[in-house]
Amino acid sequence: MPVPLAYSLRNLRARKLTTALTAGGMALVVFVFAAVLMLDAGLKSALVKTGQPDNILVTRRSAGTEIQSAVDRQQAAVIESQPEVALGPGGVPIVSKEVVVLIALPKRDSGVPTNVTIRGVGPGGLALRPQLAMAQGRMYRPGASEVVVGRTIAERFDGVGVGERLRFGGREWTIVGTFDAGGSAFDSEVWGDGEQLMQAFRRPVFSSVVAKLADPGSFEALKARLESDPRLTVEVKRERAFYEDQSAALSNFISILGVTLSVIFSIGATIGAMITMYAAVANRTAEIGTLRALGFRRAGILGAFLAEAVLLALVGWAAGLAAASLMQLVQISTLNWQTFAELAFRFTMTPKIVAESLLFALAMGVAGGFLPAVRAARLGIVDALRAA
Amino acid sequence: MSGVAAPPLVRVAGVSKSYRRGGQVVPVLADITLDIPGGAFLGLMGPSGSGKSTLLNLIAGIDKPDAGSIAVAGVDITRLPEAELADWRAANVGFIFQFYNLMPVLSALENVELPLTLARMDRRERRERAQATLELVGLGDRMEHFPSELSGGQQQRVAIARAIVTDPRILVADEPTGDLDRHSAEEILALMDRLNVDLGKTIVMVTHDRRAAERAHSIMHLEKGELFAHEELPR
Amino acid sequence: MPFLVLVLRNALRHKLRTALTVVGIVVAILSFGLLQTIVAAWYAGADKAAPDRLVTRNAISLTFPLPLAYRDKVRAVAGVKAVSYANWFGGIYQKPANFFPQFAIEPESYLAMYPEYRVPEEELRAFVRDRKGALVGRKLADTYGFRVGDTVPLRGTIYPGTWEFTVRGIYDGEDAKTDTSQFFFHWDYLNETVKKRSRGRADQVGVLIVQLEDADRAAAVSEAIDAQFASSLAETLTETERAFQIGFVKQTEAIVVAIRVVSYVVIVIILAVMANTMAMTARERLSEYATLKALGFPPVFVAGLVLGESLAIAVAGGAIGIALTFPAADAFAARVGTLFPVFQVAQGTVGLQLAAAALVGLVAAALPMRRAARVNIVEGLRAIG
Repeated sequence: MPVPLAYSLRNLRARKLTTALTAGGMALVVFVFAAVLMLDAGLKSALVKTGQPDNILVTRRSAGTEIQSAVDRQQAAVIESQPEVALGPGGVPIVSKEVVVLIALPKRDSGVPTNVTIRGVGPGGLALRPQLAMAQGRMYRPGASEVVVGRTIAERFDGVGVGERLRFGGREWTIVGTFDAGGSAFDSEVWGDGEQLMQAFRRPVFSSVVAKLADPGSFEALKARLESDPRLTVEVKRERAFYEDQSAALSNFISILGVTLSVIFSIGATIGAMITMYAAVANRTAEIGTLRALGFRRAGILGAFLAEAVLLALVGWAAGLAAASLMQLVQISTLNWQTFAELAFRFTMTPKIVAESLLFALAMGVAGGFLPAVRAARLGIVDALRAA
Repeated sequence: MSGVAAPPLVRVAGVSKSYRRGGQVVPVLADITLDIPGGAFLGLMGPSGSGKSTLLNLIAGIDKPDAGSIAVAGVDITRLPEAELADWRAANVGFIFQFYNLMPVLSALENVELPLTLARMDRRERRERAQATLELVGLGDRMEHFPSELSGGQQQRVAIARAIVTDPRILVADEPTGDLDRHSAEEILALMDRLNVDLGKTIVMVTHDRRAAERAHSIMHLEKGELFAHEELPR
Repeated sequence: MPFLVLVLRNALRHKLRTALTVVGIVVAILSFGLLQTIVAAWYAGADKAAPDRLVTRNAISLTFPLPLAYRDKVRAVAGVKAVSYANWFGGIYQKPANFFPQFAIEPESYLAMYPEYRVPEEELRAFVRDRKGALVGRKLADTYGFRVGDTVPLRGTIYPGTWEFTVRGIYDGEDAKTDTSQFFFHWDYLNETVKKRSRGRADQVGVLIVQLEDADRAAAVSEAIDAQFASSLAETLTETERAFQIGFVKQTEAIVVAIRVVSYVVIVIILAVMANTMAMTARERLSEYATLKALGFPPVFVAGLVLGESLAIAVAGGAIGIALTFPAADAFAARVGTLFPVFQVAQGTVGLQLAAAALVGLVAAALPMRRAARVNIVEGLRAIG
């Protein structure tokens, strides 16, 4: 015969301050746990949105990032002419030979010069990135000293409004529009015409070649052929995998730091729950004796106190998760130390995080409640009654 | 401080008190007037809820009346502000509780020393006085014991030593034998009698036990917040 | 006497509860200290930067080089004592996770500018003599077991191919704050190899390092250098070494801020735990507080008992936490290797930890103190039954 759940619930309500403090501690731990997972999820979601599933990205072998990569014109021509590459209207391959450089721009809130990616895009570049849409102004004209800036760049940097001018590579560049790349990494970039940027920076080579596959299933064959071609020293990746790899270090850092901290912090909150539950057992010794005398079994008592601890954890979980969901309004921007460039992303709540934080909170509740519940269950009836 | 012509030590005049319980006002004492001469051993008797403990608390200065005044040795304690009232209690009142109310973390000696720390007294003197008082109550061999290591009767004797160590004007005892067996109770009552007779302590004791009350020299009976009988007991 | 005795004996009354609370505080103060140390390590490079050194780089961004020819022009600027240069190599040792900074340098002028790197005389000579030689920091050598004479292969990311270097010397820092996680080799070796492959990329340096005659003239000299190259092919940006280092830190500031915030969150978590302990303790002892007040003890005494107990527990936990921070920081530093060149518990951190522990004790006691001081004697005495 189990002790009714209402008994556990009412007891929590009876000592409000203790319940609030214990659940509050757990809520903070859940908050940290969920916020870190949300940060990592936000980073991954930005990167997944950046790469299209049927695009490939070719860089120089072992360059790792586009900044460190170099692909010359002959190599690019070889890549362009592969039969797996999809053809657009008029039989032109859908390919963008791109040049990527970093420039330092002052951030609006701090004035700190921060590295921003400038991407010089080839004619096929826009067809390859359907997630891109103009938010304000217009797209740059090929052949002109014009650039467009991503949404988060426009929000976070000074002097990047439509109509303003940027000076780099010995030229003045007019900003003619702002684009929205749907929360992808491109939102943290400045785009212009590839040939113009190569002239300005006096770069004879491209950084990367992006191409659309006619059949995504042909990737492995193409990769094998290009990487073994003696004329080329290149590495072929799916665009999405490339961007994921680029932020692997950042993502690892966030999740390792976050999980470590959550585990350490949860020790504190679990101890809090344990203290509370031990006190609850001590204060209610006579009550426990009475329940046992009435015929409730040891298992029932154990269950009742465990349920109380778990209820406590559930309150903490709900409060912590609610606070963490508010973090979705916050955008984080940091240097990705693999690319040396600014990357902005949002805290993102996912069903998986809801479930994981629930499990985490329940684990804290059970860990904190188990030993006290065992003590309650082991009390002898007569001794317990005498405590009254 | 005996003396026939002297004014009474405690003068309770027109005291009323009521409590609020669950939104209802419950009258506890109604217009009580009472004199307690110095050196008296007064028993307060009455059924549960008669107001006897409330009257004792008022005389001891741990509660305040709604109306009326209580003068002890000429001082109207109902007009003293909180802090002064605390100082007054430290100097004038010794408490004996039903459940002893000793500090569980302090030894018998330390418990008795505790009220002396409120009087400016150096450490050695404090210790000597506490030891002497414990010997007086017959616990000279239990000084280093903690309350949990003492029987109920012994704990109550420590509590009595704590009550008298500051040499207060008045001892208040609320059911001092209520938690004790017959034999221990007799010992405690004998000790209180000795304090009254030999040391001239004025004692006010609340009890619902007729046999305990008979150790007093006079008994006041309360019922429903009013005094309704006063009996003098033969010495 | 009785006050302290009461405080200490009360604190030990519920041994399990006190022990659990102390453990909680130890964990919190320890992690607070480690997180603060991580934040400090982030800024360590900037702390050690010398005020009389400037860094000149391409104005576009660090990834753009400068022509080697700039060295002589900069040396001619008034107020400049010496000029050296370095290239970021960005190679991978065995696997990408083994990160440590590698610079191609011109050995004599560069090391003359960094007297904080202490190299034994003969090792220095051996390094200068060997074109493919390398000079590694003590911490780096310890992390990967490099010894003089070892061959270290690095896979280039910026400069393609696998490069092999022979360790010729190991340098120590002049103090614990010096970065000894770096790997230096000859710029000439890099440049010759680059020249063979693509002429266009040869004779270029990543940054120029400028030593000033007078540190107070840093701003004026920086301006003079940059003015010289205004509207040239490669415009320059010159700043003090400290500003240059801070620039890196600032770009990752979101992470530093997050770590700092989280380090305070742990204090709030433990505050909730501690406040709960004190609230329960005070509630259980209300009848004792009422007794003390009946005996004539003032409310301040009773409140003091609660505060004293709270502080005793918090400071005990804090002290243990602080004592554990040092070995924990050493263990952490050993695990992360060269990721943080300098990882040391600062004195200020210990002060912060102590303050945090005391604050936890103080704030946790606030409400229970109020309750104990205000306990109604008659009701409190009744609570005993």
